[in-house]
Amino acid sequence: MNYHKYETVIVGAGGAGLMAALYASRGSDTAVISKLYPVRSHTGAAQGGIGAALGNMEEDHPEWHAYDTVKGSDYLADQDAVEMMTSMAPGIVIELEHMGLPFDRTPDGKIAQRRFGGHTNNITGKPVMRACHAADRTGHMILQTLYQQCIKQGVTFFDEYQVMDLLINEGRVAGVVAYEIATGELHVFHAKNVLFATGGWGRVWKITSNAISYTGDGAAIVLRKGLPLEDLEFFQFHPTGIYKMGILITEGVRGEGGVLINNEGERFMEKYAPTVKDLASRDVVSRAIYLEIKAGRGINGQPYVYLDVRPETVNKYFEKDGVLGPDGKPKRVTAEYLLKKLPDIIDFCKTYLGIDPMKEPIPVQPTAHYAMGGIPTTKFTEVIVAPDNTIMPGLYAAGETACVSVHGANRLGTNSLLDLVVFGKIAGQRMAEFARENDWVPLPKETWEPVQAELDRLLNNPGNENPYQIRAEMQEAMNDGVGVFRTEELMQQALDKIRELKERYKHIRVMDKGKRFNQDLLEAWEVGNLLDIAEATTVSALNRKESRGAHSRDDYPKRDDENWLKHTLIYREADGTFRIEYKPVVITKWQPKERVY
Amino acid sequence: MAETFRATIRILRYNPDVDKKPHWAEYTVEVEPTDRVIDALHQIKWFQDGTLAVRRSCLHGVCGSDAMIINGRNALACKVLMKNAGTMVTVEPLRGFRVIKDLVVDMEPFFEKYRSIMPYFINNDPPPPRERYQSPEDRARFDDTTKCILCAACTTSCPSFWANPKYVGPSAIVQAHRFIFDSRDQAWEERLRILADRDGVWRCRSVFNCVEACPREINIKKAIAEVQQAILTGSRGF
Ligand SMILES: Cc1cc2nc3c(=O)[nH]c(=O)nc-3n(C[C@H](O)[C@H](O)[C@H](O)COP(=O)(O)OP(=O)(O)OC[C@H]3O[C@@H](n4cnc5c(N)ncnc54)[C@H](O)[C@@H]3O)c2cc1C
Ligand code: FES
Repeated sequence: MNYHKYETVIVGAGGAGLMAALYASRGSDTAVISKLYPVRSHTGAAQGGIGAALGNMEEDHPEWHAYDTVKGSDYLADQDAVEMMTSMAPGIVIELEHMGLPFDRTPDGKIAQRRFGGHTNNITGKPVMRACHAADRTGHMILQTLYQQCIKQGVTFFDEYQVMDLLINEGRVAGVVAYEIATGELHVFHAKNVLFATGGWGRVWKITSNAISYTGDGAAIVLRKGLPLEDLEFFQFHPTGIYKMGILITEGVRGEGGVLINNEGERFMEKYAPTVKDLASRDVVSRAIYLEIKAGRGINGQPYVYLDVRPETVNKYFEKDGVLGPDGKPKRVTAEYLLKKLPDIIDFCKTYLGIDPMKEPIPVQPTAHYAMGGIPTTKFTEVIVAPDNTIMPGLYAAGETACVSVHGANRLGTNSLLDLVVFGKIAGQRMAEFARENDWVPLPKETWEPVQAELDRLLNNPGNENPYQIRAEMQEAMNDGVGVFRTEELMQQALDKIRELKERYKHIRVMDKGKRFNQDLLEAWEVGNLLDIAEATTVSALNRKESRGAHSRDDYPKRDDENWLKHTLIYREADGTFRIEYKPVVITKWQPKERVY
Repeated sequence: MAETFRATIRILRYNPDVDKKPHWAEYTVEVEPTDRVIDALHQIKWFQDGTLAVRRSCLHGVCGSDAMIINGRNALACKVLMKNAGTMVTVEPLRGFRVIKDLVVDMEPFFEKYRSIMPYFINNDPPPPRERYQSPEDRARFDDTTKCILCAACTTSCPSFWANPKYVGPSAIVQAHRFIFDSRDQAWEERLRILADRDGVWRCRSVFNCVEACPREINIKKAIAEVQQAILTGSRGF
């Protein structure tokens, strides 16, 4: 067996993991373990921007950003954590710039900002330019910059190692077990601190913007350890995925002036959000698209609408909405300008749809995008194991896999990239401190053995079920039952289906029996994670009898603050049944009120 | 919906644990014209032969995982549509690196070259309280090279690299360009010195396979020329 000893082990090398690594490695002996090469992490796919009230383009304040985030969350976010995040935002974006991040620039050389859904001037209610961006590859630039800084600092990486288990001893974290993909060998990492920064699980659904690697490994491992997950019922459907493929078309397209159009040529968001229109928050826009489709106003009766960013359309609505340029005249864009601001989006449309969005509208439908819920943490990234905020010493989570909660029931665009760097940094600092102040916990008696047993079971199973067929059926069931709109009946159907699939999963057959780069084995293991998360998500969703943010029920169409202004904590018992507990929402300044955009 | 069609995928496969040498294997798949080559590979992997190994993640051309040789040309499998690949598609691993298994090659030598050009921002002045200002024009100088996703399609298409594996290669030059022409960076002279080395930028023989191979459409020819010019003049022209 291969043993390693590091004070701090960071699982995941996306934005959250790398930011944590920069800070943790300054004060503790640190290793980063990632199933992908760091630069392949999904943070690199983020397009539109990172939110911070820099005020480079117009008046803005961190308090406005905080209020918008709380309102966007449908009042489920913990307001102390939100205030901390938005007040740290300007400083941390400047820190990224100092690391070399090539943001777009204003004419006077400052970081450029654009409009994004749900971000407003709190006095006028109109959209505010808050999204700091590098064209439409902001996440790519964040990932690259952080990785570059890690190289500069000599951070230790274990690339293409997949973590499969968490080691706990004497009520504290003792390390992780990882599988070396190239060789099939297991490695035991003894650690004082472990951070999960393993990203989301959009692959639970059929139509998704998420990478094939988005299988919720970290969250599933935690759930199987008997620790809770928080607010799983809140999963964001981004309004604009490429029809059928799910590839994301950033909200930045609407931030630059693009509008949604139905089959009647109508800009329908005017009806649903009279003030901010196409820049309402994502849950609102996704629901509007579904309602349009349901009313028969999808394009040619099909389940999609158009996103129109042709310069003449953009300029027409700028004029209509009274959007002004710096010269006080109605703002105008040209194809050349849009090509500079949205080069990748234009490229995706040409490559995958064969259309030029400067000449034709883009067919879009909502796409499963982001996990608001996840591993519950304090605002200092420590993992919480009970409703009274008891923590598991040495265990941390940050990034999409964590639930602080700063996003509540619905995340605003640009707030995830912000979340990654803010909480990644805090995690890194905390872990360095924890490593200094605490001794080692010995490894538990059993370390790699349970993982080996599980792998042997997967490899030697006599069954004949295909794990990818099971995955496809799960994705279909989740899209139908636990999507943008939900009902008791549809969710129950999905749950029954998932339970049937979990039964079948016990009889899967892995085709590759070898040790070398056995992706078949790992992907089959990941299907198990997806099923566990799909089940826990559906149980959480069935349990919450109200509509809030991304959790929208036809049978309980209203938000119910009296009974449901609380976070869900779901636990899986040893016998596979679930237990649900609740955690209060932290409210500081903003009492819940009706949400109008 | 356009009709599906049947395609044959010929893959150069190799698992050093069981095969004496690389060999071709053929698979038949039923695809939609708008399916990607990676979708066809998935069909094979998931439903025909699970031992096939191929790296991939984002599936839309931004993570750089799945560069390979498709019909004789370097490309990302997630960016080539089946309607363009045709009914007889050949797929091989990138050239010039050790094959770990099938389409998966050892990228370590590639990242070693990347690390050799100091691929990180250096500015030793105390940072100002706000951002370091940069004009849109200065920012535009290196915009193109910030797009690189380190997929290795360019470097592994380069005859100079095939002939001399020590050559730093187009990708590392592109990465160096991103910093050399960043007005905020202070280590540009050191990077130019590194690239002026025997195995540096002068190994480029102006074949420019790299330009065609780049899935991000980076103008690598221009980037290399600008680096060469900067070495010759000792100035980056600011
Ligand atoms: C297309 C797209 C566009 C987006 N645009 C924006 C935007 O404009 N603004 C914004 O704020 N947000 C955006 N988001 C959301 C945001 O990008 C993600 O939420 C965020 O990048 C997640 O970062 P992370 O660090 O948590 O995880 P990731 O960057 O996904 O990293 C996860 C890491 O964990 C590793 N890992 C996972 N499982 C294991 C395991 N078992 N063992 C070892 N390692 C493991 C992976 O290798 C990877 O390194 C977008 C998301 C998508 C999909
Ligand atoms: S899978 Fe990410 S580039 Fe192809």
